Amino acid sequence: MTDAHDPGFHVERVDLRDGRAALRFSGQLRFRQCFASWQSVRRLARPPAVHLAFDLSAVDTLDGAATALLLELRDEVVAAGAEAEIVGAHGGVRAMLELYGLHPPRPSLQAPAARIGILDQIGRETLGMLSENHGLDFIGDVAVAGAKAARAPGSVNWGDVPRLMERAGADGLPIVLVINFLVGLVTAFQAAVQLKQFGANIFVADLVGLSVTRELAPLMTAIIVAGRSGAAFSAELGTMRVSEEIDALRTLGLDPYGFLVFPRVIALALVLPLLTILADVVSIAGGLLVAMLGLDLTANAYLLQTQKAVGLWDVFSGCLKTVFFGLSVALIACQRGLAARGGAEGVGRATTSAVVTSLFAIVVVDAIFTVLFNAFGR
Amino acid sequence: MIEVEHLTVGYGDTVVLEDLDFTVPRGDVFAILGGSGSGKSTLLRALIGLEEPMRGTVRIAGAPPAREGPPRYGVLFQSGALFGSMTLAENVALPLAKWTSLDRDAIDTIVRSKLRLVGLEGFENHLPAAISGGMKKRAGIARALALDPPLLFLDEPSAGLDPVTAAELDDLILTLNASLGMTTVVVTHELRSIFTIARHCIMLDGRTRRIIARGEPAALRDGSDDPRVRAFFNPRPRAA
Repeated sequence: MTDAHDPGFHVERVDLRDGRAALRFSGQLRFRQCFASWQSVRRLARPPAVHLAFDLSAVDTLDGAATALLLELRDEVVAAGAEAEIVGAHGGVRAMLELYGLHPPRPSLQAPAARIGILDQIGRETLGMLSENHGLDFIGDVAVAGAKAARAPGSVNWGDVPRLMERAGADGLPIVLVINFLVGLVTAFQAAVQLKQFGANIFVADLVGLSVTRELAPLMTAIIVAGRSGAAFSAELGTMRVSEEIDALRTLGLDPYGFLVFPRVIALALVLPLLTILADVVSIAGGLLVAMLGLDLTANAYLLQTQKAVGLWDVFSGCLKTVFFGLSVALIACQRGLAARGGAEGVGRATTSAVVTSLFAIVVVDAIFTVLFNAFGR
Repeated sequence: MIEVEHLTVGYGDTVVLEDLDFTVPRGDVFAILGGSGSGKSTLLRALIGLEEPMRGTVRIAGAPPAREGPPRYGVLFQSGALFGSMTLAENVALPLAKWTSLDRDAIDTIVRSKLRLVGLEGFENHLPAAISGGMKKRAGIARALALDPPLLFLDEPSAGLDPVTAAELDDLILTLNASLGMTTVVVTHELRSIFTIARHCIMLDGRTRRIIARGEPAALRDGSDDPRVRAFFNPRPRAA
């Protein structure tokens, strides 16, 4: 049989006496050329023979992948119950066969993974996720480190707090302002359509004022901070973890919680209420724009109505929540970062997990506060 | 200086090293040898207190490895593990600021002298990202030496370095040992470095999880009957 695409590669089967046969190869056996016609070679090896010799005496070149195909074919013949051997190899061809075929297998230090059922796999993955996150360990460590920091405030790296506040607050201010302005604008638009029908245009100020100060501005600001700073904290600490910087801190006698975690927690807990107050202002400004352009209200009337509708508690309750949003986001991000394992992929996983869990935590904390405020009649 | 008795270490349920016994005399340069995956770095982490032993004990100058308080030893990690957001000077100054009551000027003077010692004078204000791998390791040594510890642990100090830089690091280790009597524990598989600096060594084997040889490197190279030890000290490519 000759390969039509590559005349340099040729193989033929010669049936000898006593059930013996030989596959005689000649030319250059290169993977790229012989792969396409390898099924034909397999067919040639298929008719039963007591002994099949792979004669490579006329082969000039054999590359690595072609060697692997050849050795696999020989093993298949042996598995089918015949004897098989490779003969006539010389020079570089022989060296390739020895390299691929005669190398003693190196036993693995770890046992190969056993095949397991789907339920078993789900159980193992769940246990793995729980043990990987070390959430309870982290809470315990934070509590112990927090008690120590309360006794010795000097153990906290206070010097980092302003820098972290700048990164989480000042650097994130433009996006916080733009998003919250648009939220105020959209809320007012949605309300305007309904209120116009009842001639209750002025109440757009109540709706926007109350909804943004109590819910929307704190939530949107926390979500933006979780996406920006939560992800950044997690990636930063995760990278430090995988590059042994956390271990180095410990060997220098520095506590990673006091040095890295608490400054981030303090920074977010301080910066989120400040961002939220500014978010409240721009959201109301967004509503004002719609009120003036779409509902023919004057700025004066809108702002007076907002002043009547929105009390100090509404603003304060929104800001109070954001302190806890900040604590949750920073703690979750730091925990995920410190638990990162396995290089760049591990850092990526930790960051994704930090953002998703932070968003979940923000909504849960918000729900808790809503229930609590409701229970206390506020 | 270091006493290890019946030490077993691992991760989760996996035992990496089992029932190790050895001592490192004061003032020694002691090498922990072994192939890739033999547990050298795991043993180092147990010695410096970053891994809790499953069984057995590690004692450094009679006490367990410190988990809190001022460090009693310096550690150079494989990558240098410098803090990326700090300059080299800030990295070296960190333990001094934390554990001494020295004023800023005194700390600056010490930092400059440590960086000069490792040949990094003039690089005080560089961030780790702006220097080479060899310089990072030297800066890591400067930080490890900041508090003048009597004991230094080095994890693969010359791995990935060019021969000249690696020889400079070996020279630095020997100088510190000779002039300050600093006990040094080096994890390595660099043969040239082993014969240059190590006075005593142990060799770990990943398959048996135990120490398979101990003694002076040259004596092990020339006199060991163990084929694993001979293969380690006299590696020969099969094609050669």
